[in-house]
Amino acid sequence: MSAKVTIKLFASFREAVGEGSLDWPLPPSGSLTAGELLTALVAEYPALNGPSKAARIMLNHQYASPEAILKAGDEIAFIPPVGGG
Amino acid sequence: MAQIIRITDQPIDLQELVEAVTNERNGGVVLFSGIVRRWNEGQEVHWLEYEAYKEAAEEAMALIAQEVEQRWDTTDIAMVHRVGHLEIGEIAVGVAVGAAHRAEAFDACEFAIDTLKATAPIWKKESWEGQDGQQGQKWVENKV
Repeated sequence: MSAKVTIKLFASFREAVGEGSLDWPLPPSGSLTAGELLTALVAEYPALNGPSKAARIMLNHQYASPEAILKAGDEIAFIPPVGGG
Repeated sequence: MAQIIRITDQPIDLQELVEAVTNERNGGVVLFSGIVRRWNEGQEVHWLEYEAYKEAAEEAMALIAQEVEQRWDTTDIAMVHRVGHLEIGEIAVGVAVGAAHRAEAFDACEFAIDTLKATAPIWKKESWEGQDGQQGQKWVENKV
């Protein structure tokens, strides 16, 4: 079984992609950063193109930078601007 | 020490939050409740639909409780946020803080709700109607 991460999507991003959760394979060699994954996701789902510019990243439930390197089994979420309260 | 940190799809019981932070150490208890209101930016609101990244939102709220403890020396905080479909007048969020004196309780409660609104991964969709009868739905972002 190949190494993968789980992508979580919420609110406007979930609607743009049509799914709240996606599995994404990691490259067999080399590394993939959170920011690179977002770029790849936008390429596959062009509806994310504009909105994704405002995305923040959560890696395993904590805010992380686009430079964070992904490991097999990570849960990565792209967070649209929040509206709680 | 009392702490409630919860994302729930059930109605929020404010009395539970107040009681959780009321004890013999605390001379002041401050409660903030956020309510779904009828009007937003000149448009009539029909309802709100809240969505959360539940585990991460509860972790973000736990971090807020930690910071409140460090800055105001109280661990008595209760934070509950509702998800799902909410009608006008329903309670979307409740934050209660108990501290020795009112100044700390006010400050800590304000910090907690402000930080929750800025950091917790929670979203709301608004169903609105304009004065011209136009209707729609939109995701509403918090102002930072």
